[in-house]
Order: sequence, then structure tokens, then C-alpha cells
Amino acid sequence: MRWLAQFWTRTKMLFGRGKAEARLDEELRDHLERQIAENIAAGMSADEARHAAMRTFGNPALLRDQAHETWSWNWLDLLLRDVRYGMRTLTRTPGFAAIAILVMALGIGANVALFTIVRSVLFKPLPFRDPDRLVRLYESNPDGKFPYNANAGGVFAEWKKQSRSFTDMALCGYAGYNLSGAGEQLPEGVRAGSFSWNLLPILGIQPSLGRNFTADEDRPSANPTVLLSWGLWKRRFAGNPSIVGQTVLLDARPYTVIGVMPASFAYPNAATQLWTPIYYKEPANEINEIDNHEFMAIGRLKPGVSEAQALSELTLITRRIHDAHLDDSFVSIAANMRPLLDSLVGDMRNSLYVLLAATGCVLLIACLNVANLLVARAAARRKEQAIRTALGGSRLRLLRQHLMESLVLTAAGGTIGFVLAIGAIEWFVRNRQDMARVEAVHLDGVVVAFAAALIVLCAFFAGLISAISAKGSQVLTALQESSRANSAGHGRARLRGVLLTLEVGLTVVLLIGSGLLIKSYARLRSANLGCLTQNVLKMDFSLPEARYSKAAQRAIFFDTLLARVRNLPGVQAAGFVFPVVPGDGYGGDSGFAIPEHPAPPQGKLLYALHRWADPGYFAAIGIPLLRGHTFDDNQRPGHSTEVIISEEFVRQHFPGEDPIGKHLRTMGKNSFEIVGVVGDTRHVVTEPPHPMMYFALDATDDMNGAVLVVRSGRDVTQLAMPVRRMIAQMDRDLPVSDVLTMDQVIGRNNMDASFNAMLLTVFAGVSLVLAAVGLFGVLSYIVAQRTSEIGIRIALGAQREQVLRKVLMDGLRPAFIGLVLGLVASAGAARQVQAMLYGTEPLDAAVFAGVALMLLVVAALACLVPAWRASRLDPMQALRTE
Amino acid sequence: MGKPSDLVQGTLDLLILKTILLEPMHGWAIGKRIQQVSGEVLQVQQGSLYPALHRLEQQGWIKAKWAESETGRQAKFYALTAAGRKQLEAETANWNRLSAAIDLIVAEA
Repeated sequence: MRWLAQFWTRTKMLFGRGKAEARLDEELRDHLERQIAENIAAGMSADEARHAAMRTFGNPALLRDQAHETWSWNWLDLLLRDVRYGMRTLTRTPGFAAIAILVMALGIGANVALFTIVRSVLFKPLPFRDPDRLVRLYESNPDGKFPYNANAGGVFAEWKKQSRSFTDMALCGYAGYNLSGAGEQLPEGVRAGSFSWNLLPILGIQPSLGRNFTADEDRPSANPTVLLSWGLWKRRFAGNPSIVGQTVLLDARPYTVIGVMPASFAYPNAATQLWTPIYYKEPANEINEIDNHEFMAIGRLKPGVSEAQALSELTLITRRIHDAHLDDSFVSIAANMRPLLDSLVGDMRNSLYVLLAATGCVLLIACLNVANLLVARAAARRKEQAIRTALGGSRLRLLRQHLMESLVLTAAGGTIGFVLAIGAIEWFVRNRQDMARVEAVHLDGVVVAFAAALIVLCAFFAGLISAISAKGSQVLTALQESSRANSAGHGRARLRGVLLTLEVGLTVVLLIGSGLLIKSYARLRSANLGCLTQNVLKMDFSLPEARYSKAAQRAIFFDTLLARVRNLPGVQAAGFVFPVVPGDGYGGDSGFAIPEHPAPPQGKLLYALHRWADPGYFAAIGIPLLRGHTFDDNQRPGHSTEVIISEEFVRQHFPGEDPIGKHLRTMGKNSFEIVGVVGDTRHVVTEPPHPMMYFALDATDDMNGAVLVVRSGRDVTQLAMPVRRMIAQMDRDLPVSDVLTMDQVIGRNNMDASFNAMLLTVFAGVSLVLAAVGLFGVLSYIVAQRTSEIGIRIALGAQREQVLRKVLMDGLRPAFIGLVLGLVASAGAARQVQAMLYGTEPLDAAVFAGVALMLLVVAALACLVPAWRASRLDPMQALRTE
Repeated sequence: MGKPSDLVQGTLDLLILKTILLEPMHGWAIGKRIQQVSGEVLQVQQGSLYPALHRLEQQGWIKAKWAESETGRQAKFYALTAAGRKQLEAETANWNRLSAAIDLIVAEA
């Protein structure tokens, strides 16, 4: 029962505090008066009695505090009081508070956002059962150029049949379909995936709605079936569950919807909209080949089997296949393997860590800045603190208040920062659908805890630094000193100098990091693709096989479309290419042989990137024809005889000879005559041109899509709608996708680089401003502190230039030291970003010099105002300001 | 001169509980009573008395009531609760044990 009574007392105390305090005062006063009465009774005079009573009574305020301390809610009371004090002192200097809160908001917000992304993408386990046992399997080339090569279906089949290390393994691939519209809906080109029916059991997941493919549906002769992604189901089918069992038209062929995958399932990436069974989707001959590397294999390791054991077994099997097909140099010689999570996010690890380090720097700078501001305030409030100490405020109590003030600041900043982070994360998820695992990025309890921990940590960091600087033991000195403020607070100025030096150093590191990334990005954007990038528009379309089954039908469509587009006003040239325009990706390669040359030594591969183009493509996109001619008009289906090669192709395979008239044997051992040589183009901006060969688009039998390239003399984006309308007129079920200018293509393919450069630049900019504000603040403070000293100097005949120089040097010293430290640290940090750089050395002299110069200019500007003010001091005025 | 530190550590609670065992008293009277009964040996300072009273109240061993005092003014009277009685017994037993033990040691010399 006692706890009940206690609980009752406590509740009463919680809500009746004001009354309880009044009663305590009354009780103590009663006591005092009785003492006085007793003293008078003992014969003292009234005054004497009162003084004697007060003496025995002691410090009434202290006594009240001591009684208070026994109350159960005292801690809460003190906390609230400290918070109230903290807020009150902060609202008295709203400018200071606003700056500090903003700084903290930026620092904490950036860190929370990036922490969320890093944690979700790199560390959250995949949403599958026992994800640690899942591995992505690869083949690895004989020449070691592709250690993580895609799988050939034939090799995968042998692995699956012979290996004993896996519970099971599945095959996946990329796909794309025309999804026809129902009713008013427009047709849509969708990115899709395909997988063997056993993938979902291996991953340990099930569709949210409906069921998985059966083994029978995963065959070439099966009825077509499809699984929808959660996003597509919500967006296109309004989340209607009755869609399961109905049919949708993919490439004009009816597919039965058998289920909807959970929202968390995004394999191979978040852009995938639907999945079909892989052995149904891929033609049997292609998926059984042992040298056609275009699939992805996933396995689940048996319990107790290590990765190394499984790998050596797969390598053995692969080696056996390789040795049995020595005539085919494209058969892999070994296997490779890495955890599934690594295979998805491995490439992003480095850049995410660099960004995380950068936000860490920003936060540290923010903390240093707030600490700096607090130190300055502590200096201004030195007298107040000394008086409070003299009146019995304990050291701990004052320290607690320092911390509480800094906690109020960081908590306010952190809360704003958290809201900023939520916005930033939403923006990120919306704009970076290209990134692997972006669908896993969510705020959760851990992030909230992280933000809270960050707030407390920053509060302690900033609060302790300022508290340390407020040496409470020197009460007397402080009281005396502040009456004559000649050269007070030197220790504090030194501390602020150290903080500033650190701040400047960190800023330099960030500036150099962002400088390197910006330069690298500029290099990327200005890299020569080998074709025109101004006023060129591209758009993808594909012809559904069901309605364009004959090569002649497709040829007619292509020819008609091209003729109409060329007639559009404003169009200068137009052409087709397949599968991609320059700068838009690898696009695939083919092996070849040159009949005129001796056969290459065994194991040596001859291959080049392949493209298909119509005769007018080169002129349309501005790839120069260097020798020979473009495709003849007689290149018709079944009669393809010509090939055009790139300059790099000539350099590597026909050094010192004329390639025109020579032949390539490729594409199913057909022979093609080299009729022309064109300029090099890059398939991605970051890589030098690879050898490339072009075949005639019209001549192929199975070409069911292409990229239309349109060039104009003026703003080409205005042509996008007319061209789309024209295609819709020809076939309203034909979806057009990826309508982009060449500039946009380059931008999209370098999103990572631009994103990293942009973020780092923002961080560096914020840091530079913070450092400048810090320098300005400290120097202004020093000048204000030394007003009378400077006044005396000037009165005694010091030249104003001398004063200016001296004050300037005072302020620039921390900037100089910080700059040197920062440059040294940057030299180390730059190596970490090396992998993210293109065409830029990590120790790029221009960037280092530029940053040093910029920092010095900014520092000088920040110091100039207070220094100039000091040199303009009127000595009489200065001496009177006491 | 009895400073608080002269009181054997932890015995102040016992003294207060024992003092108000018979009748509720206010702070001043408790201090006075302890002083008198101890033959002016023990003098409880206000700095110890009031925190101790408030602590005992928080723990539920004593309860306070405002009532008119002999001077005709409102005063806070402290009275023992049932839990306080038990606590008093426990502390008394404890004290007896402790003082007997100390006696033994001191007497031996």
C-alpha cells in the first residue's frame, strides 16, 4: 500500500508544485519568526533578535533549495527551469539563435538524410528469407577482362544440373514490352524482367496477390502469364484485385495476369514494371547457348557450404564446358560469385561513403561554429557567470545550464533539420529511381534514434567546449577584469582561434573534394562523344511482333516514318539506329573473324560493339564518314552484305591497311563487306571509344524496334510532339518512350556524377560561409575587446596602417594554419574520391590552387571589415567607452 | 556544539520519527524537542531538519497537515503514518543493534 501512498504524494507534488512552494516558504518563515520570538524572550532587542535568528537560520534561499531537492520531481523542475532560462537567454539574442539553429538544421538534416540512404541501401538486409545465403553467380572470361560477366543459359543449365553446393539456383533476365492501353489509356513501353519459376521460392517470398509461375508456365510452349509490380498495379490498374485472372496485351499478345508482387520486390531494379517466365520469354535456342552472356543467375547456398567451396565447384564445371568447346572462344573459363546485396549496391558504396564523410564534415563544422558562437556569448556573460558563482551557483549547475542552452539550440536545429531530411529523402527517392535499392529507402525508428543521438552529441560537443572556456574558479579575476576590459578573454580568443583553424581546415577539404568532382563532371560533360549533341532528339519505339511479324511490314513502317519525319518543317535530318545512340550504354557486342587475316591464336577474342543503322543515320547525328560510303539502298531483308566500321576498329584490326573491300564474318557466320569507315563514338562518356561495327537496319530479319534520331537547326524539343503525333497516326497502339535530347541522354547517364558534384558543392558552399562568418565573428570580438588598447596605441602614435595590418594578421592566422592543414588532409582525402573522378587527377594543381586562393580571398574579406573598423577608431572615443 | 555532522549519520530520521510518535508536531517544535530531550546535546540545524522532513514525507513515512498552532497561526504539523511506525520500529531495532555493537568495542578497551 505504501507505493500507492507514495504515488499519491508524487502525483500531488507534480500538480501542486506552486502551492507546495508557497507552503514551504510559509513553513520556513514561521520557523524564523519563532526563533526571533525566542530571542526576544531571552532579552534581545528586536533588531538583534532578528539578526541572530537569521544567522542561525543560514542562507534561506539555499535552505529552500535543499528542501526542494528532496521532492520527487525536482529533476524535472530543474530541467524545465534550465530550459526556460536557456530559451529566455536565446530569445534575448534572436539573431544569434537563428544563425545557430539554421547552422545546426543544415548539419543535422544533411546527416540524417544521408544516414537514412546509406543505411537503407547498403546495410538493410534484402527483403528475402535468410538473405545472407543468397549469392549472385557470374561467369568470368578467359582474358580476365570481365571478371563479373553475365551468364549464358547453357552454362547455367549445366551448373544447375551438376553442382551440389546450392539448395537451388534461378535464372533472370531483362525484358521490355509494349503494354497496350485499354479504353482511353495510352499504350506504354514498360521495362520488365523475366525469371525462372523457382526464383521466388529461392528468395523465400510470394506474390502479394495471386500466385507464382508454375514450372509448366516456365516453358516455351506454355500459355503466356505475367506477374505485375505493385507500382504498375496501383498506377495502371487502380489497385483492383480482380485483375488477377484477366489478360493484358503485351506486344499485342494476350498474357494472363497471375499475381501482383509486393512493393518491396524490385529486381533487377526499381524501374521494373512486370515479370514474365524466362523460359517462356526467351527463344529456346538463345537461352540454351553457352556463349550468349545475357542472363543473371542467383543461387541459395546449402547450409554449411562456404562461398569458396561453391565457387570452386562452379569453376570446375565451367572449365569442363570450356575445354569441350575450345573452338568457341566466347565460352567462359571460370565462375565468379558475390553476395546478392553486394551485386546490387557494390558500385555505390564508395560514392555514398564519400558523401557521408562530407556530411560528417559539415556537421563538425556546424558544431564548431555553434561552439564558437557559444564561447563568444560565454565571454560576454563572464561577469554574469562570476556573480552567479559568487552567489552560490554551483559549478555543476552552471555547466548544466551551458549544456541546456546548447541543447535547446541543437534540438531546435535538429528538429528543423529532421523535417528538411524528410523532404530531401522524398526528393531523392522520386528523382533517383535509377539507383539500386532506392525502394528500400525509408525513415524508421532507427533514423529517429540516430537524429536524437546526433542532437545530444552535438549539444554536448558544442556545450562542453563553451563550458570549458568559462572557468568558474576565477571568480575574482573575472569580476575585476570585466571592470577594465583592456585585454580580457585572451584565453577565450585563443580557443576560438583553434576552433576556427579546425573549421577552415575542414572547409578546405570539402572545397577541394567538390572542386575535384566539379572539374571531373565538367570533363564528363565536355567529353567528345564523337557526334552532335546540340539540337538532336532521340526517341525509342518498338513494333509489336504480333502485328509486324514480317520483315517487309517493318521495313515499310520504318521507311514511311522516316520519309514523313524528314518532311516535317524544322527537321534537318533524321535516321534510325539500334539499340542505342552514342553515350547511352554498351548496347551489346558480337564476335567476328576477318577472313583475309590469319586466324587469331586460340583464346584470343575478336569482338566489337554492334549497332544497326539506316543509311542516313550518320549524317543525321553527325558521325563523319571518313572513307568509303554509307549503306546502299539495295540492303534489304535477307540480302544484308555490307558493314561499316569505326576508326578505332581500323586502328586495332587493320593497322596500316585499307579495310575497304575486306570482309567480316559474324552474325551467324555470314560474310559482310566493309564499305565504309566512320568516326569513333563513345558508348559511355567515361570510356574511350571501343571498336564498333554498323549493320544495315533495313536488312535484318528480326529488328522490331529502333531509336529515331531527329536533328533540327533550332530548338529541337519543339519537334517532340509533332513526331509523336505522326507515329500515333501511323499506329495508335505504338508506344514511344525515352524522348530525350542528346544533352539529356548524357545528363541521365552521368546522373551519379552530377548528383555527387552538386551535393558536395552545396556542402562546401555552406561550410565556406560558416567559416567566413566564424572568422568575422571572432575578429569583431577581438577588436571589440581590445577597443581601449587600440585606442591607447593610436593615441600614442601608432599608424593606422600598422593597426590594420596587425588586426588583419590576427584574423588571418587561423585561416592560414587551417588552410595548410586542410591542404595536407585533402591530399589524403582526394585519393578516396579517385575512383569517382574522370579525367581529373586527385592532386589536381588547379583545383588545389583555386581553393587556396578562394579561401584566402573570402577570409581576407571576412577580416577586412573588423580590421578596417579598428584602424578607424577615434582614440578619444575608444578610451571613453569604459 | 551539535552541528549536523555531529549527529550520527542516518540517525536524524530516527530522531524525527521517534519525536512525533506521540503527537503531531511542527518543524520548530521537533527541533526544540530533540534539543531538550537530548539535554541540549543534539541541536538540529534547519538546513538538515527541513530537507529531512520533506524527504520523509516524500517516502510516505510521515504526513503533513496544516493546522492552527498554539500561536494562533497556521503551521505545518507532521504526524507518523502506519508505514512510518513500521519504519520507526525497524530503525529502532537497527539502532539498538548498532549501538550495542559499538558499546562492545568501546568497552573492550
